[in-house]
Amino acid sequence: MKSKLLSVPYLIWMLVFTMIPLVMIGITAFTDNSGSFSLEAFTSAFEYTNVFLKSLWIALLSTVLCLIIAYPLAYIITQMRESTQNTVVMLLMIPMWMNFLLRIYAWVLLLQSGGPLDTLLSAIGIHGNYSNNTGAVIVGMVYEYMPFMLLPIYTVMGKIDKGLIEAAQDLGSNKMMVFRKVVFPLSIPGIISGITMVFVPSASTFVVAQYLGGTDDIMIGDIIDKIFFTNNHIGAAISLVLMIFILVFLVLMNLFGDEEAIA
Amino acid sequence: MKKILAIALCVVMLGSFATMFAGCGNSGAGEVNVYNWGEYIAEGQDGLMNVIEEFEKETGIKVNYTTYETNEDLYNMLKNSNVSYDVVIPSEYMISKMIKEGMLLELNYDNIPNYKYINDRFKNLDCDPDNKYTVIYQWGVTALVYDKTKVEEAPKNWDALWDENLKGQILMFNNSRDAMAIAMQTLGIDPSNCTKDDIDKASEKLREQKPLLKKYVMDQVFTEMETSQSAIAPYYAGDIAAMMDENEDLDYCLPEYGSNLFYDAMCIPTCSKNKENAEKFINFMQKPEIAAENCKYLRYGCANDEAVKLLDDDIKNNELTLPGDEYLDKCYVFGNLDADVYEYMQEQFVKIQAE
Repeated sequence: MKSKLLSVPYLIWMLVFTMIPLVMIGITAFTDNSGSFSLEAFTSAFEYTNVFLKSLWIALLSTVLCLIIAYPLAYIITQMRESTQNTVVMLLMIPMWMNFLLRIYAWVLLLQSGGPLDTLLSAIGIHGNYSNNTGAVIVGMVYEYMPFMLLPIYTVMGKIDKGLIEAAQDLGSNKMMVFRKVVFPLSIPGIISGITMVFVPSASTFVVAQYLGGTDDIMIGDIIDKIFFTNNHIGAAISLVLMIFILVFLVLMNLFGDEEAIA
Repeated sequence: MKKILAIALCVVMLGSFATMFAGCGNSGAGEVNVYNWGEYIAEGQDGLMNVIEEFEKETGIKVNYTTYETNEDLYNMLKNSNVSYDVVIPSEYMISKMIKEGMLLELNYDNIPNYKYINDRFKNLDCDPDNKYTVIYQWGVTALVYDKTKVEEAPKNWDALWDENLKGQILMFNNSRDAMAIAMQTLGIDPSNCTKDDIDKASEKLREQKPLLKKYVMDQVFTEMETSQSAIAPYYAGDIAAMMDENEDLDYCLPEYGSNLFYDAMCIPTCSKNKENAEKFINFMQKPEIAAENCKYLRYGCANDEAVKLLDDDIKNNELTLPGDEYLDKCYVFGNLDADVYEYMQEQFVKIQAE
């Protein structure tokens, strides 16, 4: 009884800020301007299939890159002394205290022609164009979302029972084997939540592509932003389709994750 | 560590709530809730006067000042939220729409004596032909800014934005109305009251342009042009004047056949609870010294004849800030497009970008 009472505020919160808005998006997506039932918004939404695919592709690449960078880093951090660990994690978090737009803007300045990167590479004879393309968008996204990959993996890895590692060593495993048989399988829950926390927001992100991309780099989040200007119905329909895409992804992710954990 | 993070997140969340509710309710005596465009008033920048503080000092009325990014944000806020603003400053086409939907209160011009300083061109505005709801704030035109070191021949009109030689260095408006209007002008279509058919033609023209573009931009145009990253861009003339202060290589072009004349005007929405204070604020903003300060900061056109006299010669004689009557006669003003035409325009523009 007591626990039920405690959960009331959270239930109200869920209802007001999650359930009702979801229902409203649903209603908006399935109606037209006159308020009657219509699938027109979805017909329009599917005209942006290429942008959907591109956004999911960019999100996927960013997630993979985040994982490749964050996983070894998390492992290295867990090997440090506790006080050093706290400092390093703190240092990795500090950029997140700054406004998201400012950080993206900093990348614009870093990558622009005549900017620091260009000047540096030109000095050793490499000339190229580093901003206003898909690569720049992915760099921005990886920078933006890397901490969301790092923290869950680090937390899970830090909790691994040292006894298990010692046991494996006692039974004759070398460093590589300890990692493969003990550390990696036990860190999978962290990887799963890391992937979820990076993929979901990066698939629906906006503004990043506007700042770092060229004319062809427009993401589905930007489309929703622009369409909502004048037509809520198409905007809601696109959001709904995006949510379904993400839901399918999460379900697949969880299936995969469970199997791995069992094996 | 985690505790610190949790506390930080709570603070951020509470902070955003506080801003959400700012401007709502709580409008007792002696207040005025002003809702204006971002960075659209002299607030003590560049050694200029802080206009809001000056108003508070003179009248003792407390100003609750908040800002919006687009006309549509303003419209949605007034339409869908339970807020109370006393002074809002929408653009011409949004004013037409708000008047049509009964969202504005009639002004009592007896309380706004400084209205007598307003130039006749900016009275009886197209969007408010009977002059009941509005007092002009600032106006301006669209123009071209280009980098002399990159563009060989001085452009005469918008055609320069389709110049193959500048491929990859051209910027374009990232907003449907301005982008479509430029395309229409190059096709000889009057953008002020366009049809869906006109929009289709303009879309084709913009599709031709897309492969030549570096980017669709709004605010980013400042860095792009000031640091010589791009060759040419269309933008608002007042802002071009500001860019030219930062980079000597820049020059401007007012298209020979005229361009878009836009203006924003001060209005009182129906949700206002301090109408008298609102009128005092509007009157104060058209006090010559105050209007001149705003003009010095914004570099947009000043409709207040007395204020223009107070400006330094280099601002007064700058065509970008005050293009002169002859040019203004050639310009067009956006009318209030039917909702479905505007929707169509926006959708077509998004499609061009999505392809």
